[in-house]
Amino acid sequence: MSGFEPLFLEEHDAYRETVRRFVNNEINPHAEVWEERRDFPRELFQKAGSAGLFGAKFEEAWGGTGPDYAAEAVAIEELSRSMTFGTASDLGAHSQLAALYVDRFGHEDQKERYLRPSISGDLLGALAVTEPGAGSDVNGIRTRATRDGDNWLMSGSKVFITNGSWADYVVVAARTSDGPGHGNVTLFIVDTGSDGFEQRRMKLIAWHTSHTGELFFDAVRVPDANRLGDVGAGFASIMTNFQWERVMMSLSALALADLSLETAIQYAKDRSAFGQPVIKFQVWQHRFADLAVRLRTSKALAYKALRMHIASEQGDNVSRDQLVKFTSMAKLHSQRLAWDVADECVQVHGGAGALKEYPAQRFWRDARVGPIGGGTDDIMRNLIARSLGLAG
Amino acid sequence: MNLSPFTEEHDLLRKTIRDWVDSEIAPHVADWEEQGDFPDDVFRRAGELGFLGLAFPEAAGGQGGDYWSQVVFLEEVGRVSQPIAMVLSVQTDMATPPILEFGTEAQIDRWLNPALRGELIGAIGITEPDTGSDVASIRTHAERDGDEWVLNGAKMYITNGARADFITMVVRTGDIDEANPWGSISMFIVDTSLPGFSVSQKLEKAGMRLSDTALIYMDDVRLPADALLGVEGEGFKQIMWELQGERMGVSIFGVAGARAVLEAAVAYAREREAFGQPIGSFQAVSHRLAEMATELEAVQALVYECCDLWNRGIYATEEVAMAKLAVGQMTNRVVDTAVQTMGGAGLVEGEFVSREWLGMRIGRIGGGSDEVQRQILARIMGIA
Repeated sequence: MSGFEPLFLEEHDAYRETVRRFVNNEINPHAEVWEERRDFPRELFQKAGSAGLFGAKFEEAWGGTGPDYAAEAVAIEELSRSMTFGTASDLGAHSQLAALYVDRFGHEDQKERYLRPSISGDLLGALAVTEPGAGSDVNGIRTRATRDGDNWLMSGSKVFITNGSWADYVVVAARTSDGPGHGNVTLFIVDTGSDGFEQRRMKLIAWHTSHTGELFFDAVRVPDANRLGDVGAGFASIMTNFQWERVMMSLSALALADLSLETAIQYAKDRSAFGQPVIKFQVWQHRFADLAVRLRTSKALAYKALRMHIASEQGDNVSRDQLVKFTSMAKLHSQRLAWDVADECVQVHGGAGALKEYPAQRFWRDARVGPIGGGTDDIMRNLIARSLGLAG
Repeated sequence: MNLSPFTEEHDLLRKTIRDWVDSEIAPHVADWEEQGDFPDDVFRRAGELGFLGLAFPEAAGGQGGDYWSQVVFLEEVGRVSQPIAMVLSVQTDMATPPILEFGTEAQIDRWLNPALRGELIGAIGITEPDTGSDVASIRTHAERDGDEWVLNGAKMYITNGARADFITMVVRTGDIDEANPWGSISMFIVDTSLPGFSVSQKLEKAGMRLSDTALIYMDDVRLPADALLGVEGEGFKQIMWELQGERMGVSIFGVAGARAVLEAAVAYAREREAFGQPIGSFQAVSHRLAEMATELEAVQALVYECCDLWNRGIYATEEVAMAKLAVGQMTNRVVDTAVQTMGGAGLVEGEFVSREWLGMRIGRIGGGSDEVQRQILARIMGIA
């Protein structure tokens, strides 16, 4: 058959309604208060777990309802449309990063202890790769784990860890050797109650409700049973998972862009200037049309990357190079776009664009994280240039 | 989950078309462009090989393929020359589909069949000297006179206009009603051999020089009753339908052209050395090309979504308007970046990239300018 199979089926529409209801009932009514307090209640994880928001990409054996990445995409899109992006980011980091790593690279015992309660929302996870001295350059991390009998002793620090300040467990990338190449990084699951472990919240200008944290490890004892995957396999695992992370971030940014554009258009309809609604001015009509085109174009690219991810998960032959190329393109294209849309949303609000009582400034602040987190724009350009046969 | 919309049959078709393009089109494009002309034989050969009716039903003289076959055709032609793609697309996506959609059996036999065989060349006549984007204001008019219509007026920027055997034309068939200016518009198939029809001027253009673009006059051209295409007074609606396919066509070959141009720029960046290394190893160059590749793939993804909808018979006005706008903008950015990457070599007349730079500018003007596409979108979005 020529053409494309549909990405979303009827069951996905139903799931979308479920997630949307959750956002409208459990998140949006509190969004302003949570933003003001820069916090949201931990119980939200359990509520989300009970509502089935963490299960779509995981097998039933562990309490999931999948694996179904189209459904996962639906959950991401709808959660990211909530009125507090920082909260969506925490929920996302828990499921898309921490829990997914355990699912991908963990053994049965680890899945029982960490994945199952993550899907139900009872245990809260984070993923820790970035350090004060190494962000995009994953191979340059210095947090070190040294073998000590059946344990490892871990020392070092991590920064910008979403959920870092309140997670129950953290999937940590640590250096376990110093040889040439990419075989020096190993993943561990660290219980945050361990001696020598400290977590501290960071204060960011964006994602106000998110619990982004710094982590400190001072000879933290990690049992070898908590090693996630083979010794030295960490770098490859992280690189593999980046592909999904970038698809996920693309969908998420586009949902935020969608919300920003709707909000901007609504304001332009409500607000009058020079005797008529702002929306009557052609410059705004055409600017909104342009943004809608960029958004729709970006979505087409993100969906293409999502299709490639699904195909590769289903065991179809998708070359790694193609996957890297398209997920990087989708991420690059969507993050800056989301911020551009949010910036125009601020612009159309005029002075009100600077006011905390309007969400425009929040969209604008929150969208700014996108071109930095999960691989910066420049890293994406490097990867894409390499796929074109050009040195990054 | 399938990632390619094409089947093996499409791949074989692509190879056949590519062979033809590489042997009979590509070697001549530079000369044709310099001469500002190309032989009519291109149409006849394409027709003989069955390329002009790929997605038309067999009953109407076509090959009975799906829309993806037409996509293959436009991509293969578009990758070597935008103007050749344009003149062929005028034939396959603009002048002829309205005949199939709105024509009588007699009109299909008389005009569509030979056009699909490449024996008749068609053009689409909308724009006038004083009216382009504002279709409802056209002035070319036809008055009933017994069984005939008497046609008077002028059409401007008509691709294939100087060589066309027929022009699928929008014409006013009643007075302009200010309240309903699109209510008195009808479509006709105008036989260009009729007395009173004249090509006033073949226009000299900056780019797309090989395609003929004409200013034509109609002075008391007497059209037979069966020249009326579709329903009298429904011409505006009919031409809006035509424009969808037209915008799809130019979007598809536009992306293919941009891809070829980008490939040329990337190849150049890998070869050309400066300061002791290939210029493509400078991030300032490689990142710019990476941005262009990203933009291209995003637009391509949207265009393919449109093709998929089109192939399923879904009339996606919003997506098509978006695609048309996005393609025009993207191709222009890509081709300009290619020229910049190639430096002086990008400015040498007669070379692929410089030629496409000149020609691609039309993508933001023809078939609905950027501004018209934005206006359409603003209306669909409920904000205009």
